[in-house]
Amino acid sequence: MHRPMSARSSTQLAAQSAARLAAQLPAHLHRDPAWRGRIMACLLTVFIVWPMLVLSEFKPWILWDWQSLSATGRFLSDFLVPAHDPEFLQLLLRETWQTVAIATAGLALAMVVAIPATLIITDRLSISALGTGRTRLPARLLRQGVRWLLIVLRSVPELVWALLFVRIIGFGPTAGVLAIALTYCGMLGKVYAEILESSDTHSTDTLLANGSSRLAALLYGALPESASELMSYTVYRWECAIRGSVVMGFVGAGGLGQRMDESMKMLAGAEVSSMLLVFVLLVALADLFSKILRRRLG
Amino acid sequence: MHDTQHMPRPPARDWTVIAVMMLLAALVVASFASLPLKWRDFFTLDAVNSAAELLAGFAPPETATPFLVKTAWATLETMSMSALGTLLAVVAGLALALPASGRLGQAPRAAVRALLNVLRSIPELVWASILLIAAGLGPFGGTLALAAHTAGVLGRLFADSLENAPPGPEATLRTNGASAAAAFLYATLPQTLPQMLSYTLYRWENNIRAAAILGVVGAGGLGQMLKYHLSLFQMQQAATVIIAMLVLVALVDAISYALRRALTR
Repeated sequence: MHRPMSARSSTQLAAQSAARLAAQLPAHLHRDPAWRGRIMACLLTVFIVWPMLVLSEFKPWILWDWQSLSATGRFLSDFLVPAHDPEFLQLLLRETWQTVAIATAGLALAMVVAIPATLIITDRLSISALGTGRTRLPARLLRQGVRWLLIVLRSVPELVWALLFVRIIGFGPTAGVLAIALTYCGMLGKVYAEILESSDTHSTDTLLANGSSRLAALLYGALPESASELMSYTVYRWECAIRGSVVMGFVGAGGLGQRMDESMKMLAGAEVSSMLLVFVLLVALADLFSKILRRRLG
Repeated sequence: MHDTQHMPRPPARDWTVIAVMMLLAALVVASFASLPLKWRDFFTLDAVNSAAELLAGFAPPETATPFLVKTAWATLETMSMSALGTLLAVVAGLALALPASGRLGQAPRAAVRALLNVLRSIPELVWASILLIAAGLGPFGGTLALAAHTAGVLGRLFADSLENAPPGPEATLRTNGASAAAAFLYATLPQTLPQMLSYTLYRWENNIRAAAILGVVGAGGLGQMLKYHLSLFQMQQAATVIIAMLVLVALVDAISYALRRALTR
């Protein structure tokens, strides 16, 4: 009988103190029960964000500085009427085609290297792995070596490859094509191998175990199952390569990006604005085209 | 009965697929044909020698302590650019996601979605070179560029997840007399918050990679160092910066892989 009494009296006490606290606040507000945690979180955020603000020289007020405002204003007011004289449009068309061509040629070269690399690194076509599940040592070393090569190729950003090739070969689309070829070779090889390995092993194993050649096992066992996935990934990469080739133009690797960089440096807002329009259109078109392709071939 | 009659008929040839393949082959051929590629220059003995000389210049990477300290600061700068850019993008993306999820009617939804598409389809590097005009050389422009592109991406993703959230809880609060803001904050936002958080972390990961190279147009961080030393042909310093980039990216990959493994297990 004693316990419930004391429990009730303590709830009464708590209710009284809560009522006293609530009396200090306006009638419809309750005291936040988690205020300590919230204040600590705010303080922590300030302590973390402050050094970041300093390091990244975050000074938004320079945007409202008179000099920068007038430069920006002049640049942006040119944006309203994109450059559209026929000569410039012709140049724009040429550069846009060059951008697409760089992406396409780079991706084609990447596939030429990535497909053999895929065939080397995939475990699916290994005859010695049949039954035992283990490959021989030289084969394993070769596979691992090619895998590492692909990792190196894809982990250097394409822009850095482009910078290096521009240093070696000079300005122009050759650097862009090579940069895309190297980076995308690393990506395609890895993903192709993953796609082949994630499909069902039954068909290739059966073919290999019954004495078919590796090529036949690939063509009749592995490919029919994963062809659509391989295709749609390749088309997606082509779309990425178009975006990448515009960006690489900024370091001098040809195409739309290089012209955009030049116009930007001359503060020619009208030209930049029509180039941006073309670029947005190009990306949207590539998106649409790749969607259609994936539906047709997938 | 002849044996072949038991075989299933081969599937009919789909001529459209063949036509598309021919079109693609034509595109590839036209690309190679129209580009002024300098293979000949590239594979002459002269070019090979100069390339080999250039590559030999990379070894050994610069390892003097002051330079390493400088590289470490640039790495920190890259990290803080990416973090701040992502943070700003979250704020802007959330603000744009509200109209983009159709809460203020169909006309604002279409307009804001168009804006988000434009923000998203211009790459960070192009944003950086535009924003450098307003913000000047340095990491601030790069931060804003990351924020602009990522706001487009996150705004779209946030808007989609707001639209896809089940409407029941918010409708219940509204019919029981809660204000619109309270109903949103206590019903729809908590439902979508985990998804938004995972999108944000994913974009942050991407932004670290992007921030490392943004500097080549002058927007701070490791990229700016790389561009600077490469343009002065100081290859050993450039090699150190490239190694720092690779280490940063590998580290981010490893951490995100480990986090994903830990969270999805």
